[in-house]
Amino acid sequence: MPLYRPSSVPASEITPEACYLDRRTFLAAAAGAVATASPAFSAPLSVTAGNPIANEKLTPEKDVTGYNNFYEFGMGKEDPKANSGDFKPDPWSLTIDGLVTRPKTFGLEDLLAFPLEERIYRMRCVEAWSMVIPWDGFPLAALLDKVEPLGDAKYVAFETIVRKAEMPGQSGFFQPLPWPYVEGLRLDEARHPLTLLAVGLYGKTLPNQNGAPIRLVVPWKYGFKGIKSIVRITLTDRKPPSTWNLAAPDEYGFYANVNPKVDHPRWSQATENRIGEGGFFGANRRPTLPFNGYADEVAGLYAGMDLKADF
Amino acid sequence: MQRLPALPRKYHAASVWLLYVVAFIPAVYGFYLGATGRLPGNPVKEFEHLLGLWALRFLIATLAITPIRDLLGINWLRYRRALGLTAFWYVLMHFLTYMLLDQYLDFPAILADIAKRPFITIGMTGFLLLIPLAVTSNNWSIRRLGPRWGKLHRLAYVVAAAGALHFALSVKVVGPEQMAYIALVALLVAWRPIRRRFNRWKRGSESRRQFSKA
Repeated sequence: MPLYRPSSVPASEITPEACYLDRRTFLAAAAGAVATASPAFSAPLSVTAGNPIANEKLTPEKDVTGYNNFYEFGMGKEDPKANSGDFKPDPWSLTIDGLVTRPKTFGLEDLLAFPLEERIYRMRCVEAWSMVIPWDGFPLAALLDKVEPLGDAKYVAFETIVRKAEMPGQSGFFQPLPWPYVEGLRLDEARHPLTLLAVGLYGKTLPNQNGAPIRLVVPWKYGFKGIKSIVRITLTDRKPPSTWNLAAPDEYGFYANVNPKVDHPRWSQATENRIGEGGFFGANRRPTLPFNGYADEVAGLYAGMDLKADF
Repeated sequence: MQRLPALPRKYHAASVWLLYVVAFIPAVYGFYLGATGRLPGNPVKEFEHLLGLWALRFLIATLAITPIRDLLGINWLRYRRALGLTAFWYVLMHFLTYMLLDQYLDFPAILADIAKRPFITIGMTGFLLLIPLAVTSNNWSIRRLGPRWGKLHRLAYVVAAAGALHFALSVKVVGPEQMAYIALVALLVAWRPIRRRFNRWKRGSESRRQFSKA
C-alpha cells in the first residue's frame, strides 16, 4: 500500500463557493492583523483543508518552528527562532522578471490574495531528518501564470532578501555562505502542481524563522531547495546558480531530488529521523522514499535521466 | 614567578575523585534532559553531539597539562589520568549513543557509515587508538611498559587531532567553533618540539637570576 495518497480532486472543486467568499473577508481581516501585528508575524489565515498523509502524523508546531536551518539567522538549529525577532516581513515586495511577458512586483497583500490551500507535505532535510508540515500557500504555477513566461524561458531562479541589520547571520566576521541565498528550478519543476509558494503553516502566516513572508516548498527535493523570504524570481534560459551547489558541488546537486540510493558524503540518505517522534529511546528512523514519497507524481519529470549523475 | 598556593598533599586523592564526579555532570545532565523529553528538536543527536564535544574538550584538557606546567609552573599532573580516562568514557558513550539510540543497532548501516563517511572513519580511528591508551592508564602498565609507555601515549595527540577533524568534517560549514578546536589541538601538537628548548632556556634564566641575586 502506498504511503502517500495524492489528491485526485482539485481543491477548487471541493471547496464550496461560500467558503471562498468567506475566505476573502477573512483575508482582509488577516491582512489588517498582519499590518499591526508585525514583527510578531503570526496572523491566522483562511485556507481550504489539505489531505493528510496516511499513517503519518503532523510534526508538532513547536518543532516545525523551533528546529530550522536558516543560516541568515545563525547556523544552529535553534538560532533562527532565537535571532529572527527583529526581522520585518511586512511590508514586502516580490519582483518577477526575466523572460516574461509582464514583469511585475507583488506586495504582501497581493501574495496573500491568491486562493490559499493547505498542503500537508513531508519535508526531508539533506541532513537525514524529516518532518510532516501543513503548509498554507498557492502553487508557484499560479504566480507564473500572472507574468506569462516567454517560450524560451527554461529555468526559474529565486533570491532571498539581504538585510544585514535584521538578519544577524548576514553580518559579522564569519559568513557561512555568500549572500543572497539563491536557488533554481527547471521550469517544468516550477510549474508542477506540487510546487508551492507557502505564506503560512499550521493555518497562520509564516513565522520569521520559517521564511516569512513567502517561501518555496518543493516536497520531493531536499529542504535546502526551499528558499526562504523570497524577493526576486527570474525566468531564464540558463541553469541558475544555487547556493549549496556553489559551496560544495560534489555534495549538493542542482536537482537535489530526495534519493535513498544516492548518499551524501556525510550522511547516508537511506533512512531519516522524523523530528518530534520516537523521543529519546524510540526508533524514530524510517526508510527514505524515492522522491520523498512523491515518485508517482514527479518521477516522469526525470524520465531518461541518470539520477546518480544528476543528483 | 607568582605561584598559586599549592593544594595540601592530603587532599590530592580526594581532588582527583572530585574531578571524576564533576566531569560526568554534563553527560548525566544531558541524559536526564533527553530521557525526560527536555532536549529540543532531535534529542538523540543533541545528546550525541554533547558527548562528542565534551570528549574533545577532555582530550584537549589532558594534553594541556604539560604546557600549563611548562609555561605557568602549575603542576596538575595528578589530574591527567583522570582527564584522559574521562575523555575515553565520553568517546565510548558518544559511540554507544550513535550505535544504540541513533542507529538502533542497524549494523549494516553502521558499518557502511564507518567505511564510507570520511568523518566517521576518522572518528572511529580515533576511538580505536584511544582504547590501548585507556587500558594502559594505570601504574602497573607504566611499570610494565617502562619507556615504551611514554611512546605509546604520544598517540593521545593523534587521537585529539582525529577528534577535532571528526568534528570539523561532520558539519556543513566549518565555522568558528570547529576552527577553535582545530587551532587548540594544533597549538598543543606544536608545543611538543618547542618545549624541550623552552624548558632548557627557562632553567638557564632562573639560575642566572639566582646567580645575580647572590
